[in-house]
Amino acid sequence: MVVIIQFILLFSRQGKLRLQKWYTSQTEKSKKKITRELVATVLARKPKMSSFLEWKDLKIVYKRYASLYFCCAIEQDDNELLTLETIHRYVELLDKYFGSVCELDIIFNFEKAYFIFDEFILGGEIQETSKKSVLKAINDQDVIQEEELEEKRSVLEDLGLA
Amino acid sequence: MPTMRGDAMRGLAVFISDIRNCKSREAELRRINKELTNIRQRFRADKTLDGYQKKKYVCKLLFIFLLGHDIDFGYMEAVNLLSSNKYTEKQIGYLFISVIMNSSTEMKQLIIQNIRNDLQSRNPIFINLALQCVANIGDREMAVAFTNDIPRLLISGDTLDAVKQSAALCLLRLHRTSPDSLQLNTEWTARIIHLLNDQHLGVATAAVSLIDALVKRSPDEYKGCINLAVSRLSRIVTSSYTDFQDYTYYFVPAPWLCVKLLRLLQNYPPPDDPSIRSRLNECLDTILNKAQEPLKSKKVQHSNARNAVLFEAINLIIHMDCESSLLVRACNQLGQFLQNRETNLRYLALESMCLLATSEFSHEAVKKHQETVINALKSERDVSVRQRAVDLLYAMCDRSNAQDIVQEMLTYLETADYTIREEMVLKIAILSEKYAVDYKWYLDIMLKLIRIAGDFVSEEVWYRVIQVVVNRNDVQSYAAKIAFEALQAPACHENMVKVAGYILGEYGNLIALDPRSTPLIQFDLLHSKYHLCSPTTRCLILSTYMKFVNLFPEIKHHIQDILRHDSNYRSSDVEIQQRATEYLKLSEVCSPTVLATVLEIMPPYPEKQSPLLVRLKQKKPLMESEGAVEPTSSATTTPVTVYIDDVPKLADTAQQNGLLVSLDTPESNGHYEDSTFSSMTKPATSTVQSNKKFLLKNSDIIFENELIQIGIKGETTKSSMEIELYYGNKSNFNMTNFSSNIICTGELESELRMNMEPTKATIDSRAQIKQSGTIDCLKDFRDLPKMSITFYYNNMPQKIDFSFPIYLNKYIEKATMDSNNFFLRWKNLEKSSQEFQKIFPANFPMIYDDCHQKLEGFGWSSLTGIDVNTENFCGAGIIHTTTQQIGCLYRLEPNKQAKMYRLTIRASRDGVAKRLVELLEDQF
Repeated sequence: MVVIIQFILLFSRQGKLRLQKWYTSQTEKSKKKITRELVATVLARKPKMSSFLEWKDLKIVYKRYASLYFCCAIEQDDNELLTLETIHRYVELLDKYFGSVCELDIIFNFEKAYFIFDEFILGGEIQETSKKSVLKAINDQDVIQEEELEEKRSVLEDLGLA
Repeated sequence: MPTMRGDAMRGLAVFISDIRNCKSREAELRRINKELTNIRQRFRADKTLDGYQKKKYVCKLLFIFLLGHDIDFGYMEAVNLLSSNKYTEKQIGYLFISVIMNSSTEMKQLIIQNIRNDLQSRNPIFINLALQCVANIGDREMAVAFTNDIPRLLISGDTLDAVKQSAALCLLRLHRTSPDSLQLNTEWTARIIHLLNDQHLGVATAAVSLIDALVKRSPDEYKGCINLAVSRLSRIVTSSYTDFQDYTYYFVPAPWLCVKLLRLLQNYPPPDDPSIRSRLNECLDTILNKAQEPLKSKKVQHSNARNAVLFEAINLIIHMDCESSLLVRACNQLGQFLQNRETNLRYLALESMCLLATSEFSHEAVKKHQETVINALKSERDVSVRQRAVDLLYAMCDRSNAQDIVQEMLTYLETADYTIREEMVLKIAILSEKYAVDYKWYLDIMLKLIRIAGDFVSEEVWYRVIQVVVNRNDVQSYAAKIAFEALQAPACHENMVKVAGYILGEYGNLIALDPRSTPLIQFDLLHSKYHLCSPTTRCLILSTYMKFVNLFPEIKHHIQDILRHDSNYRSSDVEIQQRATEYLKLSEVCSPTVLATVLEIMPPYPEKQSPLLVRLKQKKPLMESEGAVEPTSSATTTPVTVYIDDVPKLADTAQQNGLLVSLDTPESNGHYEDSTFSSMTKPATSTVQSNKKFLLKNSDIIFENELIQIGIKGETTKSSMEIELYYGNKSNFNMTNFSSNIICTGELESELRMNMEPTKATIDSRAQIKQSGTIDCLKDFRDLPKMSITFYYNNMPQKIDFSFPIYLNKYIEKATMDSNNFFLRWKNLEKSSQEFQKIFPANFPMIYDDCHQKLEGFGWSSLTGIDVNTENFCGAGIIHTTTQQIGCLYRLEPNKQAKMYRLTIRASRDGVAKRLVELLEDQF
């Protein structure tokens, strides 16, 4: 049975890993090895080249957005173009959520980037392609977060600690 | 510092800033260690740490982990967060275990308990967190634990859509990690299929992925999805993009759902129902038409999404492989893409065309683009695109264009990227042999190949050249001539020296009358290379010299001088020294007639599958993955060692002995097979392992204990099998009153007819006796006869009873056919009683050639070029009984990801398919 997306890596032009999401189980050691090799391979490619490359028994689909590379590993017979648009939709989601997203947003809010992943892609499969639905789910989470913070503040105030 | 959304955790943001401000790696490490110490102390000392603080620290640990550092504490605190009633705390707890605790077993039960609580919660956002976690890290234990909870969420009427979506993909994960622990009630099947019709497109999108996986497990159970998938697809492709609101992506309606539906349909043959089939064809037509419409947007996202659907539609067209008009249209569309300005499209078009080239409907249409593809090879700037072009040329090659294609590939090879040279060399070697009309042409190409890309010529390639020359006596003198000429080049690759050395040693006499290549000239030329070569090559050349002693007695003393020379006779290399010493002695003591016998030319090699194809398949390294499904975790690591058995004997003996092995061990060619007792103990095909004796082989040991060994050989013609049984007495005493009976009881009496000659009554110590006979098949059978053996051993009566391993497959006769015929017959056997299918886990490493060998050993054919998926096996056979013939077809689909196989057998007689599946299900 095919896992559509095996893993997703986000890394900077300097080769710094910013986000990683693994949909097949790998040891930490092999994750690091794969990341190292793949980052080097992708960074060595020139701008006009195709966004696809064969790598081991997988296919890598990648695209650069400003200073960040988004890189997806899929099975040989999966749909490369659609994967490219999966990446794009994720970037759109980040962009909409953070308001013109930049690398720093992802560094400082890495947990949000993960939460967005889980609403959009689950277990390596696309779960929800509607931008509105995904963003609504994430915004709902933020509302709860606010409420819980409020609650905490008021407790502290009650205790005279705030 | 950028703003934090929701002003969440200030401490975390400060820490991240600090790390970013570190000037050196050492400073960063110091800061991290300081933080770790702090957190450790907090966790240890402060039992009253509130949820918020725990969350903050766990989040910091996560950040540190993501920077690439090991985290060995804080797990308990993270798991504690799961039981918090605050959403954000729970969420961070789940994130931590999803990211860090991938396959850890500690605290597993605690995590499962927490997940269970959340799944049973009334709060859908808690349920979703739990589902997402299982979808991320679900394993066997979770599959067992949630085998009821999760499916219920999926099909229950009052579940929220968002929860349904997560539940579907969560089930998918569990199904993948442990298909046998997850038991889905068959009553749910219809409701799961109906999710395809769900009015919420997000639910449908998530559900198709699940259904796709379930279909792969039980295609018949989920057959109903074909109709629903086709109608949903049809509704999407024929509608306007405005109908789908947010599910329209850059003017393309629901591309993700479309692609998934098109992939789902690739699990089945073309729909049988004519109305569904024509509706599907209309869909595919529409998609092809849309590709011709002007773009609705200049954005690349628009064309990508549109073409993503188009390529998937083409995949389905290729999979169905029956509508020639669609295939040709697809090919023309891809032809247009070959000239597109987008590199991505050219890449994909080349890739898809490779598949089209394998369909007989579109092979010719693909060939029309030969020139464009050759141009791509020359002008593409991206090596991965050029690689696709090489693949396509290889796929479209046939007898009509082989000469051109091989020539173009050869020309390109001179400037090709180093990364693809070895593969190209293999492909050129395979094509030029496969389509050689004239073997002189083949040899020219091969020598040119070695000249251009000597470093990339693997051993298999030059071994193969020699095999071809040895086996074809019409080219031997030509081979000697061009090998001699190639050797004259000033800079000559060592691989060329090996080939030329070997060929001259065997056939140098054929050109010795030419004054330009007299024995002495041949010898001097070869010897001029000797000192430039590695020890292994020198060993080979020494053997050539020895062959020269026999071919050309007149230069014997020159050769003896060389052998006697210190650099050989006292070489520091043991192998060289040994050869020099032994060859010298041989040349001194043997009479010419003895020499002529010992140094006779090599006999032909047995024809097997070209080792080059094996090599080509080996080329791609696999991703190492921690096998989630257990059966054969070694599958990814073992293939190399197993392949070695497949390379013709030449290759392995050559590694030890150099190529002229016949000098030392004349029998080592492995084709002296006889039926003696001793050879029976070592079955010739050692790679075939089977727990059922005599099932996949024509000879086997069927019984053995400390006293006796019983071997069998069988040969079937139609419904009659001639068998020979060998009884070997392993003991130091004679066996007397020996008697052996094969008994058929019950139904077998009317199904098999035994006719065995009586055995001798005595088997001497350490001797064996033979018993011949015939077994005729009157009717298809299932049970096994009983074998009963009695004898006296050391005056003690002995009795041995066991099941005699004769299976129905022994009466199968191979049948070969082309793809068209295969599917035609396949469709003719469509009654449910005629088909039997089983999905089973792999018991052995999943290696193509092993499966192929086993299937052929089973008796029927293993045909290539039937299934578009070249990993799959198809084949056919006829079972002969005295009264009827039963046609059988099969399809075996390996799934390396899941380490499972699906075997489908159809047979013209009811029940036979099931019997055959039973015989084979544990053999792979």
